[in-house]
Amino acid sequence: MTASIATNQTILVVGGGISGMTAALEAAECGKQVILVEKTPVLGGRTARLYRYFPKMCHPTCGLEINLRRIKQNRNIRLMTMTEVTAVSGSRGNYSVTLKVSPRFVNENCTACGKCGEAVATEVSNPWNYGLDKMKAAYLPHNMAYPQRYVIDPSIVGTPEGEKAKAACPVGAVDLDMKEESVTLQVGAVIYATGWRPYDAAKIQPYGYGRFANVITSLEFERLADPQGPTGGKILRPGDGKEAKNVAFIQCAGSRDENHLRHCSRICCMASLKQTQYVREAFGDQGKSTIYYIDIRAIDRFEDFYQMVQKDATVSFVKSKVAKIVENTENGNPVLHGVDTEGYHRYAAEHDLVVLAVGMEPEITGVKLPDDVILDSSNFIEGSKDGGMFGAGAASSPLDVNRAVQSATAASLHAIQVIRKTASTEAV
Amino acid sequence: MTTTNTNAIERYRNNFLKEVEANVEEGHMVKMCMQCGVCAGSCPLGPAWQHSPQKIFMMIRAGKRDEVLGSDSMFMCTSCYNCMVRCPRQLPITHIMHGLANYAHRLGLAPKGQPTREFATLFWNNLAKKGRVNELMLTLQHYFRGGLVSGIREAMAMQSIGLGMFKAKRINPMEIFGGHGVKDLKGFHAIIAKAKEIEDRKKGFTA
Repeated sequence: MTASIATNQTILVVGGGISGMTAALEAAECGKQVILVEKTPVLGGRTARLYRYFPKMCHPTCGLEINLRRIKQNRNIRLMTMTEVTAVSGSRGNYSVTLKVSPRFVNENCTACGKCGEAVATEVSNPWNYGLDKMKAAYLPHNMAYPQRYVIDPSIVGTPEGEKAKAACPVGAVDLDMKEESVTLQVGAVIYATGWRPYDAAKIQPYGYGRFANVITSLEFERLADPQGPTGGKILRPGDGKEAKNVAFIQCAGSRDENHLRHCSRICCMASLKQTQYVREAFGDQGKSTIYYIDIRAIDRFEDFYQMVQKDATVSFVKSKVAKIVENTENGNPVLHGVDTEGYHRYAAEHDLVVLAVGMEPEITGVKLPDDVILDSSNFIEGSKDGGMFGAGAASSPLDVNRAVQSATAASLHAIQVIRKTASTEAV
Repeated sequence: MTTTNTNAIERYRNNFLKEVEANVEEGHMVKMCMQCGVCAGSCPLGPAWQHSPQKIFMMIRAGKRDEVLGSDSMFMCTSCYNCMVRCPRQLPITHIMHGLANYAHRLGLAPKGQPTREFATLFWNNLAKKGRVNELMLTLQHYFRGGLVSGIREAMAMQSIGLGMFKAKRINPMEIFGGHGVKDLKGFHAIIAKAKEIEDRKKGFTA
């Protein structure tokens, strides 16, 4: 289907997060043909898994909804979910792209009624809550899912559980015979909006992530605060389900560190400042947040947000990178050890919960990209030598949502220029 | 005050950081410190030090020459390298500490009576004499450093270990008469003298 539509006038956007959606929409609304491929079954990426945005503290669902509507209305976008790019060849204006489409085991007939999910008993780890809870093996990733279509986890295909899901479907949408497909397309320009992933916190050995139940990442904390999350929006620590009223935030967990990520991930300071307000929202004056930092980098015009949080009596700041965490075995509380820079005081501070403000690592780290693609020393995409492939959003630099959208719009414009140039050369 | 010290003060005036950069091993990395505090918190002997590495680096930048070179901290370093592997800026902290200790020692500013420094000096002098460590003399010199009474008390407290070492042929009472050495003693002393000459020249010590 798609193979016949795509030409060298088509723009391929890799990744369906906020950047990919934006890049695709900007080009499509200029009348360009766009193919948007996404690895997971849904659009929205990491943005859909945030509770609130800084600095306005509004909900990401609002912006996503607008973008999803624009995508639904636009006939120039072809969306391919559960699809990955396996190879790119050719050059600027004329690329040949090979895509791998994984089976969803549910076809277009799906009405998202949820009967298959009810029928199935098997549970799998829920990646949309960063594995904090489990979901049924026949699932709709989240409430904002687009396409609104269920997915059958491959682990139950070929088992009686899979047959149960099939039998439960009133519209015959479950198709357990779907196979992996390979598709080759011609495109004129490629935008990599492949985004980022949280740095593996377990690699920061002295912080004990993975060893201590009450040491979590900032992304997991987003899910704890979210009403759609595993705790229904209550800030309960994973160790024993106790309310976490005394929360420590550790900045630069993996960032600005030659042993981990060399770059400043830019968003983490603002993310922690924002998350102190989740604690306040949940517990009022009873809540207590402590930010351990090297220096607060409230990027761009966010200094006022930092000042607002500084005025909050429930929030305190300790200028120190925590050296190590040990667990108080009696109550499961993490105890933070270090020396502060303002006076060089040695501390051992006990908290209910530790949130590591983990850094942004490009999702393409470790992935073989076309040789033409230029990466910086932290694996962010700078562009391509032939000028026909671009990085957008967090794939190009550690960016927050606002700046990712700006970056995606810029990448989209670059891609449109490539397409136009190709068209005019061919016309001659 | 030694002449080298006076010369160094004259030469670098108020810029102690420059002095460290020029004279201390890996001293040029001191300015890379971003004062995060991980070294101070990671040090197993942390609370026992006068100044943590983090503090030492800030003091160097603040020009606190006497305090830094007179600190006992560098001599308390056990070279466990915990700070060095964890430093987010990859400062060779352990090496800088040893470099500072060496520089302070050469200038004659290192703290007098600092136990690890005293023992290191004892060890070096013992070794440099014959090219082999005379275990017996080293032990005795160490025990009797504070005089006869405390020496006897210390030696008595350790006598079971001493006997064990004797039985295991790890210590020889005959070593009291000079002990064993390398075959070519003259050559060995020439090597040491040459090495010192080269090092002095490199580091600008003429005295």
